Amino acid sequence: MINLIKMHSKIGDFAENKEIAKKLRVESIMPSLSMGDEVILDFDKVDGATQSFIHSLVSEPIRQLGDKTFNNLYFKNTNEDIKKIVTIVYRYMQESLGRDTDTNSDIQ
Amino acid sequence: MLAASLAVKVGKMNCEIVGKVPDTGLYLDRMGLYKLTKTKSPFSYNMKEPAGRFVPISIIKTAQQQSDFVTDMIPLLHLSEQNSRIIKYIVSELIRNVLEHAKSGSGAIVAAQYYKKTNRISIGICDNGIGVWRSMNESWHPITDADALRLALTPGITGTTRKEGGTSENAGAGLFFIKSIAKITRNYFVIYSGNAEYTLLRHRKRIKGFPRLYADPERDPHNQTNSAPNFQGTLVAVDISLDETPEFQTLLNVIGKVYDDAIRERKRAKYKEPKFI
Repeated sequence: MINLIKMHSKIGDFAENKEIAKKLRVESIMPSLSMGDEVILDFDKVDGATQSFIHSLVSEPIRQLGDKTFNNLYFKNTNEDIKKIVTIVYRYMQESLGRDTDTNSDIQ
Repeated sequence: MLAASLAVKVGKMNCEIVGKVPDTGLYLDRMGLYKLTKTKSPFSYNMKEPAGRFVPISIIKTAQQQSDFVTDMIPLLHLSEQNSRIIKYIVSELIRNVLEHAKSGSGAIVAAQYYKKTNRISIGICDNGIGVWRSMNESWHPITDADALRLALTPGITGTTRKEGGTSENAGAGLFFIKSIAKITRNYFVIYSGNAEYTLLRHRKRIKGFPRLYADPERDPHNQTNSAPNFQGTLVAVDISLDETPEFQTLLNVIGKVYDDAIRERKRAKYKEPKFI
């Protein structure tokens, strides 16, 4: 199963509302990843994001589900700014959890 | 911003502006300070649109109001796409900090001003909440307000946990990112809470290349005091020169690397050492 989440319809042009990030994480991302499903976060038409928003979206899946998250969570249509912020969050979470950070995050 | 914050704290009917206010006080009126007090403005003038010049004092109490404010303020400042990304980022993270950590019933008080001559934007945000010391004390137990500010500015340290990587909601990155953006763009950054104030000094222009970032705010050129008049709450002010702004991704590259290194070094500092006898 693939869970495609169109981010723009949830958060608009700029991803900064952490209440929405938490809702997406708790109600959609974590349940799908837990069941082994793939999740695609589609950032089409989203032109920016804060580190706090991305942290709220993905840190718990990384911490709780580890490889299930790394293998099955995809970021689609991200611009360079958002790619960079997602990569920062992936890296510091892996540093914090003691993972080998030579592997890059799965960013489409 | 401090005056606005105190006015919001005591309520409009308990606050007045007394004495003779010089003509420059018109600026305070235009920014909305008089509206927060029971004093009638002594100034009469033709009110021009704020568009392209400033964002008057606004009070934000919810995440939805934050989103609306960020959306509405960018057109007011007539920013390029590149600059608007950075300003949106900074304002969003500062307001979020207040809403999440300040525990203030009166929310975040925010204003911004564009200075045409120097082509820079000054952003101020203030709250009447618990202050940085009490926020950091939940997990870190700083001794002084200045210690608390140092912790708050250190990458990877959040008041909500001592766990590396933070919680599901907080990573301890927000203020470090903003201070770093100010440093790279060679601007001021100020944080004031309790009796402590920390001011990041401007990096000199004649030094080429990006200013070096440090995880420890004590290593940055700064002024600091722990004997400022006590302010129950937190004030953050940051300047952004629109001419000096590099690509946002470039900023993030530099900041992200320092953030990673800081976490790695802190983890290594906790490693057990062999016992040589």
